[in-house]
Amino acid sequence: MNITVRLFAFFREGRFVEEVRVYPEKTTVTGVINDLGINIDAVGVTMICFRQCALDTELREGDQLGIFPMIGGG
Amino acid sequence: MADKIFRINMTTLSTTVEDIPPAWAGHGGRGLTSTIVAAEVPPTCHPLGPNNKLVIAPGLLSGTPAANSGRLSIGAKSPLTGTIKESNAGGTAAQLLARCGCKAIILEGCPAGDSWYNLAVNPDGVTINIESDLAGKGNFELINTLANRLSSKQGIITIGLAGEMKMTAANISIKDPDGHLRSAGRGGLGAVMGSKRVKFISIDPKDGKVAIADPEKFKAANKIFSKALVDHPVSQGLGQYGTNVLVNIINESGGLPTRNFTAGQFAGHDKISGETMYDKIMERGGKPKHGCHPGCVIQCSQIYNDINKNYKTSGFEYESIWAMGADCGVDNLDHIAEADSLMDDLGLDTIETSVAMGVAMEAGVLAFGDGAGICRILKDEVGKGTGLGRIIGGGAASVGRAFGVTRVPVVKNQAIPAYDPRSIKGMGITYATSTQGADHTMGYSVATNILKVGGSVDPLSKVGQVELSRNLQIATAAIDSTGMCLFIAFAALDDTTCLPALIDMINARFGINLTGDDVVNLGKYILKTEKAFNEAAGFTKADDRLPEFFNYEPLPPHNVVWDFTGEEIDSFWNF
Repeated sequence: MNITVRLFAFFREGRFVEEVRVYPEKTTVTGVINDLGINIDAVGVTMICFRQCALDTELREGDQLGIFPMIGGG
Repeated sequence: MADKIFRINMTTLSTTVEDIPPAWAGHGGRGLTSTIVAAEVPPTCHPLGPNNKLVIAPGLLSGTPAANSGRLSIGAKSPLTGTIKESNAGGTAAQLLARCGCKAIILEGCPAGDSWYNLAVNPDGVTINIESDLAGKGNFELINTLANRLSSKQGIITIGLAGEMKMTAANISIKDPDGHLRSAGRGGLGAVMGSKRVKFISIDPKDGKVAIADPEKFKAANKIFSKALVDHPVSQGLGQYGTNVLVNIINESGGLPTRNFTAGQFAGHDKISGETMYDKIMERGGKPKHGCHPGCVIQCSQIYNDINKNYKTSGFEYESIWAMGADCGVDNLDHIAEADSLMDDLGLDTIETSVAMGVAMEAGVLAFGDGAGICRILKDEVGKGTGLGRIIGGGAASVGRAFGVTRVPVVKNQAIPAYDPRSIKGMGITYATSTQGADHTMGYSVATNILKVGGSVDPLSKVGQVELSRNLQIATAAIDSTGMCLFIAFAALDDTTCLPALIDMINARFGINLTGDDVVNLGKYILKTEKAFNEAAGFTKADDRLPEFFNYEPLPPHNVVWDFTGEEIDSFWNF
């Protein structure tokens, strides 16, 4: 299935800003994070189609997945 | 030497140094400014008249080696909101005032005549001087001129032309260690200082130092506290990308107010994001990290250079970039930096003024996306005090009234900042119930709604939002009393060593034995004191509401409206 993956802050370094990537059915958010070599402990927030999601959520064809480190400001 | 109150009466042009009344002794920062304003300012007075008072207070830990303890609180009755107001900022003034033995400055009265004045503060008290050179000058020229007139280590608190013209979006600026500015932005306090005809305050602590009752205990607690700040992962992103790291995550969540709050996402978000800003800073020889006061271990400020690699601005904040960017439909970061610099020079709150520009764009004064037009209006209209300039300098509500716009994002006349309350509902509760009009820093529900700091509460659900905002507003009022930067809250929410270390530092500073419950009770006392002032000024729970358009205009991409009842909002005050 096609998943649009969007990376933010230092997760972009050596990777990409946005890419459409192909994953097998039932791939979870954690599966994508591991595939990209991102340290799961550094992940702060993940969103599927602009809504926050749990790491064990299974992705679906056409999903847009945003992966953020733990960040703050204001 | 015990700390004193430095009182300046501008009607009689006289000053006194006073002992601290026992009821004020345990307070600092916001707790002290609000206590003094509530005690001495008639709630129904005109904010720009002789009965209002501008109160300037370092925090309980200001002037000590405590990490991140450089915030200065400034309070008064706000000419923008009509409520009590406390606005705080970094820079060096808080630390230097504390070293003068100054618990608070109380600036009262209004002088007869057209003269402008400066105030010179040192450990002996305050002198009032006629200021004939710098009236009518911008903040940058003032800082450059004073660099020659005063020693470079002196602190400076100043107003720009907006404050002189008593615009209700006028801020008060504070010099940082490198001669750049930080601003107590919100609520038009620059207009209050302008009404007293004080152009600037200089602070020379000479060899004054802050006494610490138990230095060893203090040092040990500060070590734990600093480590908690440095180790928290949020600090890493703040140091690299500044607060502007938020543009992309708030956009992704659908809560980035765009083109005057008509959408929750901005197509140009990445062009104005912290990631893009970092790349430009590095390309142009700027600095991604910069502290606004000595002792900051987070360093969220930066030096942003223009395309020719010349200094353009610092303290280039998410709120400012959002307001001039997404809210005005501008995706050119250099136009935003130019506008930021112009507003710093004029002494304008970047949130209030930029949201006012967004309302003006909706009214057709200029087109959405016209960053160059914003800069032109700032220079040629606001800076020159034309009719249009004064309407915009009066803030978002002022523009809405002048042009008949119904979509005016304000609460108690103060512009709503960078988080749409329809899709980040915890912020809506803070905007509605804050004692000071819409202000994200009063109770930053974004932390738990979006950033997963201090747990997680669904931003699109009403469940848990009132309790979240209540707890955050109580904690924030207490933190604002310490002189600490609010960004310690990220570590305080997640790291169990952080808050006890902060309390230990306060105890070691004064030789007292505060507990965590005392700190919570302090926060509650401050909120209730501020609310009582507002009620005496004529405010009721009917004022604790968001603008009507949030109820009937669904916000894309989630297509949600603001759906709290008045009764639900009012339950905030059940404590």
